[in-house]
Amino acid sequence: MYVAVKGGERAIENAHRLLAHERRGDRDVPEVTLAQISGQLALGVDRVMTEGSLYDRELAALAIKQARGDMIEAIFLVRAFRATLPRLGATEPVNTGEMQVRRRISSTFKDVPGGQILGPTFDYTHRLLDPQLAEGFVPEQPETAEASQAATPRVTDILGRDGLIESSPQADSDAPVGDLTREPLSFPADRDLRLQNLARGDEGFLLALGYSTQRGYGRNHPFAGEIRFGEVEVELFAEDVGFAVPLGSIELTECQMVNQFKGSTTEAPCFTRGYGLAFGQSERKTMSMALVDRALRAGELGEEVGAPAQDEEFVMSHSDNVQSTGFVEHLKLPHYVDFQSELGLLRKLRQEFAEANQAVELQEAAE
Amino acid sequence: MSELSSLDNAQPLLVAEGLAKNYGRLAACRDVSFALYPGEVLAIVGESGSGKSTLLQLLSAQLAPSAGHVAYRMRDGVLRDLAELGEAERRFLFRTDWGFVHQDPAQGLRMGVSAGANVGERLMAVGWNHYGRIRDIASTWLERVEIDVGRIDDAPKTYSGGMRQRLQIARNLVTEPRLVFMDEPTGGLDVSVQARLLDLMRNLVSELGLAAIVVTHDLAVARLLSHRVMVMKGGRVIETGLTDQVLDDPREPYTQLLVSSILPP
Amino acid sequence: MNAPTYNFAYLDEQTKRMIRRAILKAIAIPGYQVPFASREMPMPYGWGTGGVQVTAAILGPDDVLKVIDQGSDDTTNAISIRKFFGKTAGVATTTSTTDATVIQTRHRIPEASLHAGQVLVYQVPIPEPLRFLEPRETETRRMHALAEYGLMHVKLYEDIARFGHIATAYAYPVKVNARYVMDPSPTPKFDNPKMDNCAALQLFGAGREKRIYAIPPYTTVVSLDFEDHPFTRYRFNAPCALCGADDSYLDEIVTDDKGGRMFVCSDTDFCEQRQAAGHHGTESAAPHKEKAHV
Repeated sequence: MYVAVKGGERAIENAHRLLAHERRGDRDVPEVTLAQISGQLALGVDRVMTEGSLYDRELAALAIKQARGDMIEAIFLVRAFRATLPRLGATEPVNTGEMQVRRRISSTFKDVPGGQILGPTFDYTHRLLDPQLAEGFVPEQPETAEASQAATPRVTDILGRDGLIESSPQADSDAPVGDLTREPLSFPADRDLRLQNLARGDEGFLLALGYSTQRGYGRNHPFAGEIRFGEVEVELFAEDVGFAVPLGSIELTECQMVNQFKGSTTEAPCFTRGYGLAFGQSERKTMSMALVDRALRAGELGEEVGAPAQDEEFVMSHSDNVQSTGFVEHLKLPHYVDFQSELGLLRKLRQEFAEANQAVELQEAAE
Repeated sequence: MSELSSLDNAQPLLVAEGLAKNYGRLAACRDVSFALYPGEVLAIVGESGSGKSTLLQLLSAQLAPSAGHVAYRMRDGVLRDLAELGEAERRFLFRTDWGFVHQDPAQGLRMGVSAGANVGERLMAVGWNHYGRIRDIASTWLERVEIDVGRIDDAPKTYSGGMRQRLQIARNLVTEPRLVFMDEPTGGLDVSVQARLLDLMRNLVSELGLAAIVVTHDLAVARLLSHRVMVMKGGRVIETGLTDQVLDDPREPYTQLLVSSILPP
Repeated sequence: MNAPTYNFAYLDEQTKRMIRRAILKAIAIPGYQVPFASREMPMPYGWGTGGVQVTAAILGPDDVLKVIDQGSDDTTNAISIRKFFGKTAGVATTTSTTDATVIQTRHRIPEASLHAGQVLVYQVPIPEPLRFLEPRETETRRMHALAEYGLMHVKLYEDIARFGHIATAYAYPVKVNARYVMDPSPTPKFDNPKMDNCAALQLFGAGREKRIYAIPPYTTVVSLDFEDHPFTRYRFNAPCALCGADDSYLDEIVTDDKGGRMFVCSDTDFCEQRQAAGHHGTESAAPHKEKAHV
């Protein structure tokens, strides 16, 4: 006799136990620690913090461990935790011009005030697998120097002094800070919300879109005006004491793209900006973000809009990997009921088709 | 003709006053004023860049003028400034009392949807809810524009260029509009196909008593379809009058040039 | 480390208030999709985050919760969501449609008629009924605002022109309170008539798409159709093999790889109640001829 499937609850519990077992891996091998993940898989942690929109290295490392190294799953874990946190306020805008720079390059000028600082980068390494790294390798100590106390001016500010680039929009300190995790997004969206969306957006998605603009789908002639990575102070204006209180410092990567603009009848030609910002060292992400940010400004700058990267609704509706993966993966959930309806309809259509054909055959035979 | 409708016809259907459109320093259209009467066909002719397409967009409320205004006599007899209509009213006007025939039928049709649904869409948009009746009306209209009713369930992407254009006309006329805008309706078609289409349009316009504003660079189209002609150059109307008068006896040197270079002697 | 602590029914009170405001607006404008700032939930988008947020926002300590997926209380996702609220809110749970005060559902409306005071919460993947006709949100919002639904009828017209009848089997569009066209979520069209003039409050939550909409109790809900091609319900023409019901929606169960199959109620509570009351099916696996069931 047929009995409706039962025992789903036990199946779920058993599956979770098996998952925990698989996550641990070979029990004879030492367990990976959060400090190891945070210190040795640091760029992965940076990505999880950026797309998870939460600056907490330890939680991000935990998420990566819990997710068995699946980055989107780790981002999801961080996001779900972040969603339960109360929003106490908004910090003062961070000043990346006063960043304690660890890496800083410009591709637009050979030398710039503050210098080109290569810093820790994969650029110019040869991508040969290094067997030394397999185990027990102790790298040389790096060269060090006194940290410079002088601020490193942003390359775009240097261009800005001659009016060669559009001025950077200044935050209005009285205006509320937009937050698409607190207010539903509507289109057309302002640039602050677009940038927030891109900052949380999937690195791979933005990379592909940024790449597409370079290949002619919404070309905007970019130059990497500057990419900088280092530490900045974060301050919160405390109402009760009446001044900004430092909360600590965070690591950021900032990319300012310098793009062509032909001008219009009312505006002189000048360079325009695309902007990217991410937690930690996330260069690919910030560069892609800057390209897409500039592409999304096409309408505002009176350029023809047609390429995918210029389509605000398309980009912003599909950039979020937690949303995307949820909807793609939900196809795993049971769909018996709608499938049954489809099946019923399909059988009916096929039957009607067969009957119609049969009628034609009969008619032909009769003629 | 009844006394009432002759009274109606004495009042203009559409009135343009001091219409202008600037793009930065460029004046695409300047100081255009005229009145269009019910059943009247007006051709706007000129070379490309003369401002005729901009004017058509201003008249059909698809573009906001930099100066001046357009007024339209609604079905209740009241002349209303188009700029003061709400979006809902404007869109309603667009799918009932107006038609717009694009040069490229792909812009005015749903290319992947059957011809029957293309013609029926306007009816459904105003609340028709009987499949059989919608289909009957669609069939009637396909016949009127000389499309084989057997093709009613085929999508226009399977149609020839001339058929697509005729389908677009049927889709526009199904709600019996009083005014149709046409933007180079015969552009991009072979000469023989053009002739058939023009003939069809002329018959429909007179049968239905339609008013129409036709933008064209082809003076032959103006001659066949229109009662009146406006000649545009550099965003201005430089000559206007009865079609035969303007084309046979142009006053402006520019119009003379236009007529002599395009019309066969 | 910041050890996480969670509020009653998971969401913080600020978020619940925001969602309740959206729900109130949705009830005030039946069928209208209200945007809300959907939160990341601890289950993936597509797993019912919209429904879960709505349930979390309306749940009180005295509520009795029922969760179904595909009509069944015992499918994995229904269990997972029921356990989530058992854990975070500690509310009583039930499988009985009649006893529940809040029923969260995916893809079905229970067979037993709902009564006043109950809330049915639907999980919605794509809230926009016009989405597959017009991909742009800015355009579809305008179409709703102006009640421009001609395009929807174009789709139905095409179905009839092609197949001789409307070929939409689930997520069959409805018009609510003679104003807004609404997607009923991917329920089979068999369930559509249950939405009309229903005594219970019906709430719809779409988490990923950040929309909430509602049908207040006793509201007119009409399935779109043509006068000469009226809406028809559809069910497989067979009695349930377990309880013998001939008016319930059926799941098809493939019993072997030789074409054997049987049909049983998709609503497990309904089926069990009937069996407990002494009804029995034939367990016949014989193939049945299908026909539309009005």
